[in-house]
Amino acid sequence: MATTIIFYILAAIILICAFLAVTTNRIMRAATYLLFVLFGTAGLYFLMGFTFLGSVQVMVYAGGVVVLYIFALMLTERQGSNEKSPISLAKKIVALMASLGGAAIILFVILTHKFLDAALTAPNEQLISVKLLGQQILSSGKYGYLLPFEAVSVLLLACIIAGLIIARKR
Amino acid sequence: MINIYGFLILSALMLFIGIYGFLTRRNTLAILISIELMLNAADINFAAFNRLLFPSGQEGYFFTLFSVAISAAETAVAIAVMINIYRSLKNNFVDNLDKLKW
Repeated sequence: MATTIIFYILAAIILICAFLAVTTNRIMRAATYLLFVLFGTAGLYFLMGFTFLGSVQVMVYAGGVVVLYIFALMLTERQGSNEKSPISLAKKIVALMASLGGAAIILFVILTHKFLDAALTAPNEQLISVKLLGQQILSSGKYGYLLPFEAVSVLLLACIIAGLIIARKR
Repeated sequence: MINIYGFLILSALMLFIGIYGFLTRRNTLAILISIELMLNAADINFAAFNRLLFPSGQEGYFFTLFSVAISAAETAVAIAVMINIYRSLKNNFVDNLDKLKW
């Protein structure tokens, strides 16, 4: 019962903040609302029992990505610089209709499809311990994830180099 | 008791809020914020389906973990591109980005 209430509170926070993040005129406020959405998503992971994933979400997104956004914002926006060239109302209406239509189709498919009606409760900590995760991520066996782990590390190296090369002064 | 429908509806709405922002925004940073919203919606689905279909396995868990890592990398490169755009154009609006058009 308590998890249901927490889920609805988190869902309300996520939806309201996501809507405000895409409609507010100030980019700094949009970044702040995005931070709340990311915290809400981390709360959903904790609710499902993915504690390590929730921590990664808070650390990488809230601690890394949003801070990066705010630094980029302060580097590239001038004082009081907002959305100066707003798009026309007709384009906004078309975008709204496209997203509402897409949402209607997806919601129709979700609600008419019969999924397993099992409760998504958090399992005990024995099931997904961090020790097990660490062994799986570095094993090359049946349930091992060594290859994607190495691929992501190469990708991060490529990103470091690309970021340095693209953003350097010429 | 929460079932899968709550998570799916939540992530579908979040995805389309992100798409709306992607279509209406003109600032590159705001577009990137919308992309992050869409990525988060997809991540919630991975985690929820892992919990529903295969609670003793960790497939969705690792997919989400790698997705978070990839989106962080994507953000870093995108912000580098944005700073470069700002250097050459002195603002960040996609309307002004027409140098490669012809």
